[in-house]
Amino acid sequence: MRTDLVILGAAFSYLALLFVVAAWGDRRAEQGKSIIGSPSVYALSIAVYCTAWTFYGSVGRAAEYGPSFLLIYLGPTLAMLTAPFLLRKMVRIAARQRITSIADFISARYGKSSGLGALVALMALITITPYIALQLKAITVSHAVLINYPDSPDASLANEGFWLDKSLWVALVLAVFIILFGTRHLDASERHEGMVAAIALESLVKLVAFMSVGVFVVFVLFAGPQDLFQQVALSPDLADTLRLDQVPGGTTGWVGMLILAFLAFLTLPRQFQVLVVENVDEHHLTRASWLFPIYLLLINLFVVPIALAGLLLGDVAGDPDSFVLTLPLSAGAEGLPLFVFIGGLSAATGMVIVETIALSTMVSNQLIMPLLLRFRFLHASQPGQLAGWLLGIRRVAIVLLLLLGYLYHALMGDAYSLVTIGLVSFAGVAQFAPALLIGLYWRGASRLGAMLGLIAGFGVWGYTLLLPGFAQSGWWDMALIEQGPWGIEWLKPYALFGLQGWDIYTHALLWSMLANVGLLVGASLFSRPTPLEQTQAALFTEAMHPNLQGTTLWRGQTTQGELRDLLARYLGAAATQRVFADIAESQDAADQIASHALVTSAEQALAGSLGSASARVLINSVVRGEALDLEGLLSILDTTSQTLEYNRRLEQKSDELARIGEELRSANERLRELDRLKDEFVAMVSHELRTPLTSIRAFAEILRDGDNLPEHKRQHFLGVIVHESQRLSRLIEEILDLARLESGRLTLDPKPLDLAQVAQRSVDAISRLQENRGIALDSAIDVEPAIIIGDEDRLEQVIINLLDNAGKFADTDQPKVRLRLYRHKRHYRLSVEDNGKGISEDERERVFEKFHQIQEQGEVPRGRPKGSGLGLPISRGIVAHLGGRLWVEDAPNLGGACLIMELPEAPEQAQ
Amino acid sequence: MKPFAQSSRRNERLMALTLLMVVLFSPPLLTAVDRLPGWASLTLYLFIAWAGVIGLTAWLMEGSKGH
Repeated sequence: MRTDLVILGAAFSYLALLFVVAAWGDRRAEQGKSIIGSPSVYALSIAVYCTAWTFYGSVGRAAEYGPSFLLIYLGPTLAMLTAPFLLRKMVRIAARQRITSIADFISARYGKSSGLGALVALMALITITPYIALQLKAITVSHAVLINYPDSPDASLANEGFWLDKSLWVALVLAVFIILFGTRHLDASERHEGMVAAIALESLVKLVAFMSVGVFVVFVLFAGPQDLFQQVALSPDLADTLRLDQVPGGTTGWVGMLILAFLAFLTLPRQFQVLVVENVDEHHLTRASWLFPIYLLLINLFVVPIALAGLLLGDVAGDPDSFVLTLPLSAGAEGLPLFVFIGGLSAATGMVIVETIALSTMVSNQLIMPLLLRFRFLHASQPGQLAGWLLGIRRVAIVLLLLLGYLYHALMGDAYSLVTIGLVSFAGVAQFAPALLIGLYWRGASRLGAMLGLIAGFGVWGYTLLLPGFAQSGWWDMALIEQGPWGIEWLKPYALFGLQGWDIYTHALLWSMLANVGLLVGASLFSRPTPLEQTQAALFTEAMHPNLQGTTLWRGQTTQGELRDLLARYLGAAATQRVFADIAESQDAADQIASHALVTSAEQALAGSLGSASARVLINSVVRGEALDLEGLLSILDTTSQTLEYNRRLEQKSDELARIGEELRSANERLRELDRLKDEFVAMVSHELRTPLTSIRAFAEILRDGDNLPEHKRQHFLGVIVHESQRLSRLIEEILDLARLESGRLTLDPKPLDLAQVAQRSVDAISRLQENRGIALDSAIDVEPAIIIGDEDRLEQVIINLLDNAGKFADTDQPKVRLRLYRHKRHYRLSVEDNGKGISEDERERVFEKFHQIQEQGEVPRGRPKGSGLGLPISRGIVAHLGGRLWVEDAPNLGGACLIMELPEAPEQAQ
Repeated sequence: MKPFAQSSRRNERLMALTLLMVVLFSPPLLTAVDRLPGWASLTLYLFIAWAGVIGLTAWLMEGSKGH
């Protein structure tokens, strides 16, 4: 079964399947029925992170370095946790500025600098080529393992001609694939739907293949996990395999590797491609932020069991990097090893495809294009010609990149194990992180700072990782590592400045990041950014600002015709037509001024195809005037804070208005109440006045008409008339009093007097009347004299009123009234109580209202009211004028109501 | 204002979760776990903590999706 023919047949059939899937994906995209518009496909495409290095190398690393293999996946988990802040911001910027690669992103952030873009592209090229080589090596090695097992794979590798190396042919097939599906559009910021679909499929295949090996090892080679773990526990050699001290560099190495994986996940060109450039919808990040970590968890689930099983089996298993293949082979399985080989192939090809697309875009847009734009003849070339050239450049770049990767693999691939190359690349791309991440949040980061930081960080990386790697491959003198350059101890690449005992990656990361971040921050603080740099910096750091949505940033002027010519020359007719879709082509239109929105979309179209730096150069060649400067941009950004301020003020105003409205309403209500009271008062007064008037008039008419009335009747009627007239005049007197009291015109004549005398006089005055009514009036004057300041007549009026009232409301059968004068602290109190029904608690204040008549509960009012209802309000007014109080209490002795008048004692000198 | 307040609450929780993950996978805790008896304690801890963090992320992300 394991003949070369079968294996190659399977491998190339699998590649053919990728072609079919990619073609289907592109077809669906053209029909507008995208198959990649789902967060799950997005998460699967991010899983291009798991390369052949994961597929074969994780087990090797676990066997050798214990749990440290997990760090490569914990870092990305951490990075995905920040997706809603960090990645989302990157995705939004890339979509708005039509960013095509990480080099383009960094170049755009620092003022669309073509120098910076070229630098990043070059660095990516140097860093990633070995990584591509690593994938090709994995394909070659796994193929050799599959063919030669149980012999060592090296035997056939050594004497094979390069044309027999399967990875060369795989690389060439991949080149065709990438050219077909990766360079369909000139616009590199447009999504490669077919390619993403193929990548998602590859992610599924490698996951299933790896988990199949895991299940096979645990349940077929061993009788379940318990069996495996028991055997491990029995072998003392293996007991320490998974300890923390197996991690290179110990806890420092642990932290360093975690940071390295976190940074590399964000800065690897292929990760940037799938995470940012190929992102369809930024909401997909939400689902991917946990779906992708689950993928990582699953693909790592069986790493430890496979590694332990391989170590347990010893020699049969061979090299730990090949355990995944050799374990099923050792058990004599036929189909599974082939499937595993396909899984490894898909892991390798997925990475190579995406990485090559990303790199070829960088090479064409950041390295070649800026150079081409310097040549005059380009500007005079045929319309659309350049677009063809650019695609040609990308296609050539793809082939060259793959060949370069293959050459690297063929020439020096044997020097490192799989994981080593991967980590060297990680540390290399991590150098982009400061410029990228600091640039996203610190507006002050400048182009000069980024440039110096990148160069320095990259230099340190080259010195501490790349150069020693060359030395270890035998391309350089090993004395460099052992004694340092020219024998200088503290310059030893693996122990720079005497820092020993760290693992080489953490060591390199520390020094390179110190140089990188230090120079980035330092130089930024002391350099003066250009206006374009400042604008771009603000656009990046404020990317999540709601005001930036749909803002056009051009303020310069050009005609539509010039713009159309420019686009047609560089992008071709079709792309130009898309930009000018809404504008009719005519001679008139060509002379019209292009709107700012049109200039912006023209620049975006150019940026998507040529990179932002070149696009800016081209637009500047036709547009007179500058793009929106920082001040203009800041004013746009500030509009929101202004709006917020306006809103806040408006809110304040409306609050105030609401409050004033509320006050008005309550004032109005009070007025209505007063109005109602006034109406009531007038009605009451008229009623009170009419009652005696009616009877006076009635009796007067009887007297007028009745000539023959008996004398005693006549006398009686006259008596009634006199009585009612008195009542009438008393009432009018009271109303006048009340009016005077309320208007404050009541004239009193206050002078020292003896309240006891006044009380006695009042009792005398009313006692006859009370006796006639059968009321038992009792008075108890405890203090004599009781000197106060008051108006004698008025006080007498008050006391008589109180006694009269008490008489009226006393018990009907045995009416009793009691007056008492006593001293209370520095006051004199005069209380009048009766033995009536008393006044309920809630009525006690209301008896002092005008015209208030106590309605005895449950009783029909009998006959005429007992008084005018003005006596008590007037009494209270008078007492208050004299500085005293008048209120109602329960009667202490008689059980009815008790009205108490309190007046202050006169001062000493007045007595 | 309400959706905004809720999404900022979600962001706060995510921040806290990120910090939690950093703490869970930092050397002091790992050293302590590594000293536990049993040869697989550290690996078990790493996988369980990892799964826990992923579970919390999923809960946070999907729980606040409606807003």
